[in-house]
Amino acid sequence: MSVLVFVEARDGQIKSTSLEAVSEARRLADQGSLGEVCAVIPGSKVEGAAGLGAYGADRAWTVDDELVAHYQPESYVACVAEAVKKAGANLILFPASAMGRDLAPRVAARLGAGLASDCTALDWQGGALVATRPVYAGKAISTVKIAGSPALASLRPRAFAATERRPGASCAVEPLGITLDPARARVRTVEVGAGEGGRVDLTEAEVIVSGGRGLRGPEHFHLIEELAEALGGTVGASRAVVDAGWRPHAEQVGQTGKTVSPKLYVAVGISGAIQHLAGMSSARCIVAINKDPEAPIFKIADYGIVGDAFEVVPALTEALKGLKVGS
Amino acid sequence: MKIAVCLKQVPSTDTRIKIGADGKHIDPAGVTFVTNPYDEFALEEAIRLKEAKGGEVVVFSVGGAGAVAALRNALAVGGDAAVLLKTDADPDSLAVARLLAAEIEGKGFDLVLCGKQAVDDDAAQVGPMLAEILDLPCATVVVKLELGEGKARATREIEGGVEVLELPLPAVVATQKGLNEPRYASLKGIMAAKKKLVEEKPVTPPAAAVEIVSLALPAARQAGKIVGEGAAAVPELVRLLREEAKVL
Repeated sequence: MSVLVFVEARDGQIKSTSLEAVSEARRLADQGSLGEVCAVIPGSKVEGAAGLGAYGADRAWTVDDELVAHYQPESYVACVAEAVKKAGANLILFPASAMGRDLAPRVAARLGAGLASDCTALDWQGGALVATRPVYAGKAISTVKIAGSPALASLRPRAFAATERRPGASCAVEPLGITLDPARARVRTVEVGAGEGGRVDLTEAEVIVSGGRGLRGPEHFHLIEELAEALGGTVGASRAVVDAGWRPHAEQVGQTGKTVSPKLYVAVGISGAIQHLAGMSSARCIVAINKDPEAPIFKIADYGIVGDAFEVVPALTEALKGLKVGS
Repeated sequence: MKIAVCLKQVPSTDTRIKIGADGKHIDPAGVTFVTNPYDEFALEEAIRLKEAKGGEVVVFSVGGAGAVAALRNALAVGGDAAVLLKTDADPDSLAVARLLAAEIEGKGFDLVLCGKQAVDDDAAQVGPMLAEILDLPCATVVVKLELGEGKARATREIEGGVEVLELPLPAVVATQKGLNEPRYASLKGIMAAKKKLVEEKPVTPPAAAVEIVSLALPAARQAGKIVGEGAAAVPELVRLLREEAKVL
């Protein structure tokens, strides 16, 4: 009996979404008497593996091999499958990051096991995993059960807290002891490109400022960028402006874009089509700026200003400069 | 080049969700069903590749009788053949992947394309599962695809950036918005599609490992307050964000 966590490292650094997964694994292990929490961390020269102990891991297996220095699906599947065997895992958790979302289904298919993707809450009930997951981009919430063993789940970034459950503790770190076959590694990463300005991704952002048609043209999006900058946030966009080619798709919030749950979401010149509302309604605080007082966005916003974006946004940016976003 | 496209019929994205009587699924009354938007990018890419390099596009779907509409539309935009793996059961992603894999395997496909996820269950599992079962390399969330001799170069979205991958063919590629601009069916295409057959094969899905317990609507968000009008309302908004919402 144990819980296994796939811990994601990029450039030798353990990602915070994996700490969220380890903390949740510890909580579930304690709740369901699931025994040890084990972590598997493929990656070259990963730092801080012992530090996973503070978040509740009992042991961590590393794989320091050039084949796994960067994400390589076949090799990563082999590492997780080997760790599952070693741990005798009943439950396997992944961060629902770009890497986790690519990897977890392959592992599930390898093991012939059920996977609940992009979960926002987990529970262990009577030997089965019960998972809560938004569907229809958040327009509905599905509760699913995986009774077979092992059960797999990926955890939506920021939906679970990274909690130091055993402050100061460290965990045993050992090599996984797997020999990877280079011939199996068919997918090769040839280039990694940073996004524009190396900004925080929408799904990980604490603050998002999104713009819509109310901006009247792509040349006015600097207003959104400046407000985002003043708030230390990330720029988002409505589907309308992405489809019009004003902004890249990576910035689209909503169904067929990204589902986000930041601490603060500022919607500027966005009327609030149902597809957009689906993707951002779980934000903690929503501010809407729109010149149409009847816009649907005001029905879900905590605070609204009725007015012209060209007048309100620069004033807000100016007022915020120098203020820091606290937690 | 022989290309398989897997697609799913889903409620259109402007659907207002109502929970069905069983408390596990949506109420389908009044819902418009469409081809999953992400699968449209897969289909369009397949048609473009066929136009550029020649070959054949075969479209597959797992679903009930309603999915015939999505397959017929795929034929109308340029698909050559369509197969419905027909079931009224509610298979989970692994069961769907197994059904599709059994149908696709051994037929000499160079490329298997599908959307990165369906906009109904948002599971994003079938593509990579299909790859694992068929023992093929796979790229997901792909926004750019170039095919070379026996290999593909795929650009995939990751957090705050992209990865460029090279993978040998045959391969599975799961498509993301941005890859292309899907075409609409022409009248000529629609007429031509009427002469093509959607092959229906009854299937019995393997038991679902993931069981749906319930479906519910999220807690409704209460409308907040209109702070004021124009730039004059900004100081009060900042005060509320700091003191009431405590997000600044």
